[in-house]
Amino acid sequence: MKLFALAGNPNCGKTTLFNALTGSSAHVGNWPGVTVDKREGVYKDGGNYFKIVDLPGIYSLSPYTPEEVISRNFVLNEQVDGIINIVDATNLERNLYLTTQLLETDLPIIVALNMMDEVEKSGAVINVKALEAALGVPVVAISALKGNGIKELMKRAAALAEKRNGSTVLGGVFKAELDSARSFYKKAGVSSPLFHAVKLLEGDELELENSGAKAIYDELSLDCDAEAAIADERYKYITEKLAAAKIKSDSRTLTKSDKIDRILTHRVWAIPIFLAVMFFIFHLTFSENLFFLNGFTENHAWMPTLQELGLATDEGANNFGVEILAVFYDGAVFSPGVIFTNLLNLVLDRISDGVLTLMENGGAAEWATGLVGDGILGGIFAVMGFLPQILTLFLFFSILEDSGYMARIAFVLDRIFRRFGLSGRAFMPMIMGFGCSVPATVNTRTLSDEKERTATIRVIPFFSCGAKLPILTAVAGGIVAAFGVGNADVITYGMYVLGVCAAVVCVLLMRGTTLKGETPPFIMELPAYRMPSAKNLFLHLWDKAKHFVKKAFTIIFASTVIIWLFSHLNFNWKFLPDEQMNQSILASIGMFIQPLFTPLGFGVQLGQFGWVFAVAAITGLVAKENVIATFTTLALCIGAYAGEGTEEGVEELAGLINVISADTGIARGQFIAALLAFIAFNMTTIPCFAACATAKAELQKGKFKYTLLFWVAASFTIGAAVYTVGSWWWTLFIWIAAAAGVAVPVILRNTGKYDILKIFKRKKGGK
Amino acid sequence: MIKNLNELSVGESGVIKSVAGAGMVRRRLFDMGVTPGAEIAMKKRAPLGDPIEITLRGYFLTLRKSEAACVEVEL
Repeated sequence: MKLFALAGNPNCGKTTLFNALTGSSAHVGNWPGVTVDKREGVYKDGGNYFKIVDLPGIYSLSPYTPEEVISRNFVLNEQVDGIINIVDATNLERNLYLTTQLLETDLPIIVALNMMDEVEKSGAVINVKALEAALGVPVVAISALKGNGIKELMKRAAALAEKRNGSTVLGGVFKAELDSARSFYKKAGVSSPLFHAVKLLEGDELELENSGAKAIYDELSLDCDAEAAIADERYKYITEKLAAAKIKSDSRTLTKSDKIDRILTHRVWAIPIFLAVMFFIFHLTFSENLFFLNGFTENHAWMPTLQELGLATDEGANNFGVEILAVFYDGAVFSPGVIFTNLLNLVLDRISDGVLTLMENGGAAEWATGLVGDGILGGIFAVMGFLPQILTLFLFFSILEDSGYMARIAFVLDRIFRRFGLSGRAFMPMIMGFGCSVPATVNTRTLSDEKERTATIRVIPFFSCGAKLPILTAVAGGIVAAFGVGNADVITYGMYVLGVCAAVVCVLLMRGTTLKGETPPFIMELPAYRMPSAKNLFLHLWDKAKHFVKKAFTIIFASTVIIWLFSHLNFNWKFLPDEQMNQSILASIGMFIQPLFTPLGFGVQLGQFGWVFAVAAITGLVAKENVIATFTTLALCIGAYAGEGTEEGVEELAGLINVISADTGIARGQFIAALLAFIAFNMTTIPCFAACATAKAELQKGKFKYTLLFWVAASFTIGAAVYTVGSWWWTLFIWIAAAAGVAVPVILRNTGKYDILKIFKRKKGGK
Repeated sequence: MIKNLNELSVGESGVIKSVAGAGMVRRRLFDMGVTPGAEIAMKKRAPLGDPIEITLRGYFLTLRKSEAACVEVEL
C-alpha cells in the first residue's frame, strides 16, 4: 500500500482534505520516535488503496514549534511514497514558500491547489498549467470542502514517479557554496542532499548537529546574511512566477474578515465580547436554567417543578411521558448539554434496570447482582453520563477554532498573558483544559518555547476538566443538601475561579524560579474567518467520542471492578456483604493513608468513615469520574444512602455527610471547609492516568517526575489553605505572610537587587 | 521616510527595508513572509495596545511591538 503524507500551512484545508479522502476510516496512530497523535486513514479508489497521513500544519521546514519538528522529521525520515502539498489558492504567495522548500527534497511531490472554488467565485484567475510548469511538479486544482478534483488528484498522485531529484529556486547569490555543500552530502550518501545543503547554508540548528556538517559550514564561511538572502530569493521567485501564472489577487475574503474583525477585535468591545462568548458556551453546556425564565437565582424561582405540578413524586416520574418531559424541563428549561445528558441517562437507566431484573429473576447470588449493579454498570454508566457535556463543550471549541476566532482571542489576550511570562497562544490549551486535559496537553505543541510549554502543561489540570465537574456539583450539592447553606452553583463557580487563580500563581512562581526565561515570541497568522464545516466538526466529535468510550470501557471499567472487589473482599479473600465493608481491603488502605489528609481536613477528623474520602482521592487517579462513582458505591455500602443511587451523587454525598457528622460530632463550619478542601485538592492534584501519560509524552525527558511532585505539592498546599482559612479565618494572615515570604526573595533575586541564595553559597564556601 | 514597524500608525503602509534581530524570531519572521521588499500595512492594535496586526502578502499577521521593532519600513 502506497503511503502519502499531507503537508501544508495551517488553515489551508488540510484536515478537510484528509477527511474527504479517508472518511470514517481515519484513526489516530502512534509513530516511532515521538509518541504523537498523528491521524492516518485509507483512501480507496477502485481496487487501489492508499495510506494517508495528516501532518501538523507548518509554514516552513525550519522547525520553530515542536509540531513543526514532527512534520519535518516525518517528511525526511519516514518511508513516504509521496507528498501531497496542499496550497491555499486564496493565499498563494505565503503557501508556496513551503512548496519551494519541499521541492528541495528528493521526494515525489504533487501540489493540491485548494479552495479553487472560492478563487473563481471572487473573479480571480489562476493559470494552473503555468504554475505546474514553473514548479516542475503536477498541480491539481481542488476544492476539499466540495470534493471537487479529489479523484484527479489521487490519480495523478498514484502515477507519480518513484524517485525525483530535488530542485531549487535558489541559485543566484550562493551558487558556488550551495554546490560544494551539496556534493559533500552526496558523497556522504545522505538522501535529499540538496535540501540538507540549503539548510546548512541557512545555518539551521538541527542541520548543524549532523556529523561533519559544522566543519563544512565553517569552511564555507558565508560572509553575508545567508538566511535573509535565501528567504528573499524564495519570495522573489514566487512573486515572479505568480505574475507568469497571471494571477489576479483576491481581496474579498480579506474585506469580509475585516468587517467581522472591526467588531470582534474592537478596542473596547473585544474583551466583553470574548467574556460573553465564554459565558454562553459554558451556559449552553452546563446550565439547568437556559433562558433564565426561572429568575437568576434559585431563591426567586417561580416556575413549578414537576413534583409541584403533581406529575412526579420522590419515587420518580408518574409515567413515561413525564420522564421524557423531565429530560427537557424540571422547574426550568435545560441547556442542550444537560438535555443530551438526561437523554443518555434515561437510556442507560433502562438498560441497568433491565439487566438487574433479569439477574434477580434468574436467581443470581447477592454478590453477583452487587458486582454487576453497583460495581460494573453503576461505574461505567456514571462515567458515560458525562460524555454529552464533554462533547458539547468540544463542539463549541471546535467551532471557535475552525472559524478563526480562537486566533483572535490569542491576539486580544496576549498582553495579559505576557505578564505571566506566557504568550497569548497559551490561552488555547488552557481553555481547552476546561473540556479535557488530554487534548489540551497535546495542543501545547503550538507553543514554540519549551519552558512556556512545561509551565502550561503543569497548570492545565487546574482548569477543571469536564470529568471533575461532577465532583464539584456532587460535593457542592451535598453541602447544600446536608447543611442547608449556600448555593451549589456559587460554590461550583467559585471553585473554577480558585483553579484559575491557582494556575496564575503557579505559572508566575515557576516562571520566576525553575522555568525562568524570556517571554516567548508571538508571531502568528490571523486566518480569514470561515464558516466551520459540519462534516469536519462531526468527524472531530466522533474521534473524541470513540476515545472517551474506549477509555470508559477499558481503564475505568477495570478500575471500578477492582474497587468493587477490593471493597467486598477482606485479606482472606472472603466475600463481604455491604454491611461489613469496614473490614475490606480498600477500607484498610484508605484508613492507612487517611492521616495524610489531616492538614486538609478530611483526615483523622472525620472518624471511622473518613477513609471514604481517602479512597475516593485514590480512585480519582485512575480517572476523575471515579471519585463520585466511588462515593456512590461506598455510600450505598455503608448504608449512608438507602435509595437506588443517582448519577449526580448529590444525595449519596449528603447521606455520607450526615452519617459522619452524627458519628464524630464535628463542627459544621469545619466540615464544610474540609469538603471544600476536598474539591480543591482533587482539582489541583495529579490528574487522571490518561492525562499523566499524555503529559509524560509531551514533556521533555526528566521533567515528568518534577511535574508529579509539583501537582502533589500544589494540591496539598491549596487544600490545606482552603481548609484552615475556611475553619479559622484568621489563618488567612498566616498564609499571606507565607506567600509574601516566598514571593519577596524571588522578586528581589530576579530584579537583581538581593540574592538570598548567595548567603547559602557563601556559607558553603566558608566551610 | 524610514520607520520601525512598531512606530507605524494605524492605516500607514510601506515596503520592508530590513529585518534585524537574531535566531528563531528572525527566521520565523522570514518564514511568515516578512522579508525585505515585501509590502506591508499596519492594520490595528490589540485592545490592550499590544500586539499589532499587519497585512502583507495577502494575509493577516500579528506580532508584538517588541518583535515589530526589528523591522524597518520605508513609507
